[in-house]
Amino acid sequence: MQVATIFNIMRYSIHDGPGIRTTVFFKGCPLSCWWCHNPESHNHKPELSFFPRKCITCGKCLSSCEAKAITLIDKQIQINYQLCNLCGKCAEVCPANALELIGDQKTVAEVMREIEKDLIFYDESGGGVTFSGGEALAQPSFLKEILRECKEKEIHTAIETSGYAKFAVLEEIAEYVDLFLYDLKLIDKDKHLKYIGVDNSLILDNLKKLAALSADIIVRIPIIPGINDDEENLKKSAELIFSLGIKEVHLLPYHQAGVEKYKRLNLEYQLSEVDTPNEEMMQALANIFRTYNLKVKIGG
Amino acid sequence: MNNRVANLRFASLNIEPHISIERAQLLTEFYREKNISNYSIPVQRAMAFKYILENKLVVINDGELIVGERGEGPKATPVYPELCCHTIQDLELLNSRKKIKYLVSEPIKSEFQKEVMPFWQGKSMRDIIFTEMTVEWKNAYDSGVFTEFMEQRAPGHTVLDGKIYKKGFLDIINDIDHELKQLDYYNDSLAYNKQEELKAMRIAAEAIISYANRYAKKAKELAEIEEDEQRKEELYRIVEVCSHVPANAPRNFREALQAYWFVHLGVITELNTWDAFNPGRLDQHLYPFYKRELAEGTLTKDEATELLQLFWIKFNNQPAPPKVGVTAEESGTYTDFANINSGGLKADGSDGVNEVTYLVLDVIDEMRLLQPSSNIQLSKKNPERFLKRALRIVRKGWGQPSIFNADTIIEEMLLQGKSVEDARQGGASGCVETGAFGKESYILTGYFNLVKILELTLNNGFDPRTKKQIGLKTGNPEDFASYEELFAAYKKQLKYFIDIKIKGSNIIERLYAEYMPAPFLSTVIDDCIAKGIDYNNGGARYNTNYIQGVGIGSLTDSLAAIKYHVFDKATVSFAELLTALNDSFENQEELRQLLLNKAPKYGNDNDYADEIMAKAFNEFYQVVNGRKNTKGGYYRINMLPTTSHVYFGSVIGATPDGRRARQPLSEGISPVQGSDKLGPTSVIKSAARMDHTKTGGTLLNLKFTPQVLEGEEGIEKLAQLVRSYFKLGGHHIQFNVVDAKTLLEAKANPEQYRDLIVRVAGYSDYFIDLSEALQDEIIARTEHTTF
Repeated sequence: MQVATIFNIMRYSIHDGPGIRTTVFFKGCPLSCWWCHNPESHNHKPELSFFPRKCITCGKCLSSCEAKAITLIDKQIQINYQLCNLCGKCAEVCPANALELIGDQKTVAEVMREIEKDLIFYDESGGGVTFSGGEALAQPSFLKEILRECKEKEIHTAIETSGYAKFAVLEEIAEYVDLFLYDLKLIDKDKHLKYIGVDNSLILDNLKKLAALSADIIVRIPIIPGINDDEENLKKSAELIFSLGIKEVHLLPYHQAGVEKYKRLNLEYQLSEVDTPNEEMMQALANIFRTYNLKVKIGG
Repeated sequence: MNNRVANLRFASLNIEPHISIERAQLLTEFYREKNISNYSIPVQRAMAFKYILENKLVVINDGELIVGERGEGPKATPVYPELCCHTIQDLELLNSRKKIKYLVSEPIKSEFQKEVMPFWQGKSMRDIIFTEMTVEWKNAYDSGVFTEFMEQRAPGHTVLDGKIYKKGFLDIINDIDHELKQLDYYNDSLAYNKQEELKAMRIAAEAIISYANRYAKKAKELAEIEEDEQRKEELYRIVEVCSHVPANAPRNFREALQAYWFVHLGVITELNTWDAFNPGRLDQHLYPFYKRELAEGTLTKDEATELLQLFWIKFNNQPAPPKVGVTAEESGTYTDFANINSGGLKADGSDGVNEVTYLVLDVIDEMRLLQPSSNIQLSKKNPERFLKRALRIVRKGWGQPSIFNADTIIEEMLLQGKSVEDARQGGASGCVETGAFGKESYILTGYFNLVKILELTLNNGFDPRTKKQIGLKTGNPEDFASYEELFAAYKKQLKYFIDIKIKGSNIIERLYAEYMPAPFLSTVIDDCIAKGIDYNNGGARYNTNYIQGVGIGSLTDSLAAIKYHVFDKATVSFAELLTALNDSFENQEELRQLLLNKAPKYGNDNDYADEIMAKAFNEFYQVVNGRKNTKGGYYRINMLPTTSHVYFGSVIGATPDGRRARQPLSEGISPVQGSDKLGPTSVIKSAARMDHTKTGGTLLNLKFTPQVLEGEEGIEKLAQLVRSYFKLGGHHIQFNVVDAKTLLEAKANPEQYRDLIVRVAGYSDYFIDLSEALQDEIIARTEHTTF
């Protein structure tokens, strides 16, 4: 059976598609957006996360660590990430859950078991499961298998994707996906490369091809002030979306909820001092899309 | 709301609850001065009731259309010395305590001391009850194993059906006379007792009619001197209404409300019955009047709304009778739990939602009062509009209305053997209690501390707080070879204390039947008249006694922690665990964190924990359900705490779930505060693992941040969550929509948050009126949020 690296299965997810949903987060992403609020999703390998506030400095982790990556200095735990081999033993023994290993190899059956727990809520609400990440398309054989399984069980499926994958992957899963939540961040090639780390031609091509397959698509645009909220970018996006016959757009206002997580993972946050756009500004931006007769929703 | 309503509402909100001595004085006067020794006790009680109603002050507040106050005005709260004769220290405490204070003026204090106390001291029901209880009972009570509802308040816990809208008290008197004539003195050994009880009911029925006539007379006097023409006319209308009801059946919407209100005042003046009393399915009762009058053009929607608003204020004017001692701990609130039902099904099983239902919901929304409490009875047959209308009020964050599963409630009643019509015309009252309205006495006998039973089991029957061996010697836990042995010992202790509780309750029940009949209440609850038996003696068609289990979440997590860490994983020995508990986890933070974070927890849709919960729940059910009471009915269980989870926590040391000593227990069937980590669907799944139909009510609290419920989509998703829970058989769900930040600010600056209302457990209350421990408990409840 296929396995994938999953870092979270979130129940009662109500902003990632219709109804009450469970969102399965795949670990690993080929992009590196500056504003990403899920830093734990970047790396496809598990990662050690440390919450200093929870730590009671009992020292259990020290003795559990065979790689000697943890030290206790001045009543504070220090982790040498170079030495850490991600065995996860420290997290296992940590009584306070201050140390946590993020990311787990899970089989299709294991993930299905979690998904099926909320069947009654999907049935009642027209909800289902959303595969997100990271990038779900980056673990294609697992994804295909679990999608097929969901469809067999009459569970509504959605994929939240950057679209950055070989089109063959999209083509192969399209018949099992009820809804694509397709991210469109920047139309400008150079800016895309700068802020996201990759060229956007594959993403744009895939969107066009996917639309041609008559897949059900909602385009999602994170609104990052100063990066992609200029009229030119949004107008071009709207034109593209309209031309492809896609009817609905979600504008997701930037928020700083992920900042704290970067610290816990010993990662650097590249986007500081950007504020969450206010409601008024979001409405103004939404109007750009409304002139193209697109249905706009602010937030997921 | 118009000016009239706004002014009366303002008075109701701003007058401080204060003690009224009127009832106590009149009662004392009656028993001291009247020559009553030749009468039977029921007749004496009825005569006393009549004496009070004939002599108490009759008050019509400025601008009122619905009239009648229990005391001398809004928030005047009588005392009931025949049930609980307060001491001077009690009165001083009521006047000075920080929370749930009742003002007691110096003259009242001295009159109370002079006239009331000498007559009732040593003779009140409270005195009699405590004299009759055994040492075992007292030890358990003092240790906090259970509480006793009837130690200072009378059984009540009942709700009216539709009879008074079709029948006046003159008709009721006819029914009584008919039964008196039918008495068979040759073959029925109880014929004489029935005769006395029926005579008493007749006196009580006459009393309520003459009380209404006094209001008519008072209104006439006021009308004659009134200079404002409009008010004069209104007062004459009051004369007309009060001369007609409740003697006769009401002819219109307004008379229906006024008729009910007189009955309400009668019930809460006769005795200080628990759960105030309430009109139950008000929308069902009023709809025929509303529909007809709207068609005839004798009533407008605005007029109906105004009358309902005025009716609401009447409830808010009557704070709960003052409580002291353990009873104040278990139910620390001004709310008296009148809980009006909307929606549900009709007797024929069809959708009961009507235009009055929506009118009532509008009134709840606009009035924003603590009393009456309100709920919706949601059946799968009810329209989505109804649920969404209610949720739009819920979203405003002050905790009303709560939401009940009408279909589950009906199933519960059918399983208890009630007829399907009686079940469909019932609903929920108090906090969450299921009842066949107008036909059932469903009294709560006391909260039962499930976690204390575990603590006693872990200490071989010894109570570490009172330092007494109060339980059975079920063995030293260190000698238990398996989790099953521990659970078997727990079961023995549980049975032992439930037996003590039931024995005590059966005695108390007899004491009330003997000394404290309720002839007036008996006139409106079926089948007291037909049987010729008092409400407190089994006259109701159905007689159910509940024992309310508290702390199932804390119990489950404690048992799960022991099973997992002591037996399955052997990470800690029983001896080490017990030492840590006895030391309140002193220098054992590592172990405490382990128990908190690395053990299965109820509320996370986790089979390991949820199976333990289901077993513990079933055990409680098995031990209690079907035991006989003395009124021809049975004991059953429900799962609600009011504020007892705070009190019960305060009598327990540290527990194996990582809870520190004296901290509150989990409330209702909600998970331990903060332990549910996977969101509301997991909580709901766990809670639904309990078979709700085996209870007479369960209580589930969910707390949401306001952001989650924003927009139309927020309402839709909340509606779906509720419907899903009910599909799974859940009995009740209620919501707090407020973030922890606001609550913390309110705790620090109470003056700025005087109007902040939160859901506690089955009722709403002003946050600043809650005890500090309860405030902290609510803050600690998991906040469901989402990104």
